[in-house]
Amino acid sequence: MVFKRKHLLGLEGVSAEEIKLILDTAASFKEVLDRPIPKVPTLRGKTVVNLFYEASTRTRISFELAEKRLSADTINFSASNSSVSKGESLRDTAQNIEAMKVDMVVIRHAAAGAPHFLTHWIKGSVINAGDGCHEHPTQALLDMMTLRETHDDLKGLHVAIVGDILHSRVARSNIFGLTTMGAEVALCAPAPLIPIESEQWKIKTFFNVDQAIAWADILIVLRIQLERQTANFFPSLREYHNYFGITRERLEKAGKKITIMHPGPINRGIELDSDLADDPDFSVILNQVTNGVAVRMAILYLLSGEVEK
Amino acid sequence: MERKVKAKIIDEVGLKRTTTRLAHEILEQNRGADNLVIVGIRTRGIYLAQRIIDEITNIEGKNIPLGILDITMYRDDFRERLRQPVVQQTEIPFDIYDKNVVLVDDVLYTGRTTRAALEALMSFGRPARIQLAVLVDRGHRELPIKPDYVGKNIPTSIGEEVQVKMREVDDEDCVLLVESPSGTNDEINL
Repeated sequence: MVFKRKHLLGLEGVSAEEIKLILDTAASFKEVLDRPIPKVPTLRGKTVVNLFYEASTRTRISFELAEKRLSADTINFSASNSSVSKGESLRDTAQNIEAMKVDMVVIRHAAAGAPHFLTHWIKGSVINAGDGCHEHPTQALLDMMTLRETHDDLKGLHVAIVGDILHSRVARSNIFGLTTMGAEVALCAPAPLIPIESEQWKIKTFFNVDQAIAWADILIVLRIQLERQTANFFPSLREYHNYFGITRERLEKAGKKITIMHPGPINRGIELDSDLADDPDFSVILNQVTNGVAVRMAILYLLSGEVEK
Repeated sequence: MERKVKAKIIDEVGLKRTTTRLAHEILEQNRGADNLVIVGIRTRGIYLAQRIIDEITNIEGKNIPLGILDITMYRDDFRERLRQPVVQQTEIPFDIYDKNVVLVDDVLYTGRTTRAALEALMSFGRPARIQLAVLVDRGHRELPIKPDYVGKNIPTSIGEEVQVKMREVDDEDCVLLVESPSGTNDEINL
């Protein structure tokens, strides 16, 4: 298996073999993180720009750490303290970065398709670190890596994605990735938060969270994106919590082993009870964060080899 | 890929004798098996390392820990390669601090694998000393590296390759001298 891609823009259309190679490679890189000196020279001499047009803690730190663990030179760019605040367009920023001979660009942007747009202006590889409500491929990959550790095989697993699916790039990437790997995915949310295109995905939809819990082995709980609730998708946060919040009581009623994942940041007490998030019997949320660094190292490594020569 | 075999240099019995001798030499040089750990380089270095450990256990009645090193992340050539090597797991489940480490590989050629392995080992701590044991030294070094224990010195030309076969992954135990296909090295020769 050879990884032929130049960019990682999304998981839609990425094959099961490619995902398996990424996850296997990530498992090897994970060992590096436990070494006394957790650094390898693999990307020595490569320059990576982290272009973050949207707020991010986990993803930005995770990418930066992955780059540093691989000995790449990294430059961080955030929209708030750059020329973007003076009105520079994405294209101009991209061309300037290109002129500075950068090998890879990691981009997060509020507009879906921004990473794809960037590929036209940059010769290096582009990695999507979340574009609008479209995709967040590395998050889905680290979710799959975490599930492979807890459940061995992804095939046949029942994964319910609960919460604001409409605005979630994490949900989209996970739907593409998990179904490609043979898992069964279901959605659960108030009807206004289920995107219209979900009909094409041909997956189960629950409007009752208890039914979703009864069906699922794994719950991916999504953040209610307070900053994106411009229309009233549900009456109030308290009502959301009462009808869709994941509580200990609900899980105990199901009476089976359930794994809880959350891409972060958590609104504790809204989509997920605070003590559940911290309970290692249910939650693998911090394993997800650790695996995030390993997955991003794998992606950076796999994209760094020259495709043709 | 099957290549033209020019000679069988070591057969099954010979390989067993060579491994036994390497084990004795390692024990002699290190004055026993105390403070000794053995690290094999993927792939065939691991099996050779395991066999040396088994010999040492036979001789001294002591168990020596085995480490596995994958040097892909330390290679200096992967950027130029069409095919990127798959990164595999490194497993060193013990502390190498202040230990006598014997690094084991099947064939010593340019010395670049050894260089990468040395760099990798250093990120696990500071061993007392590192020694190098190889089954075959075929010459053509490109770096100032010299093995401490050699199974057999085999002077080769660039157009030849040394193929080590081990039962753990191949159908027999032997060392063959084979012709490189049309002088190109499609093998990863570090």
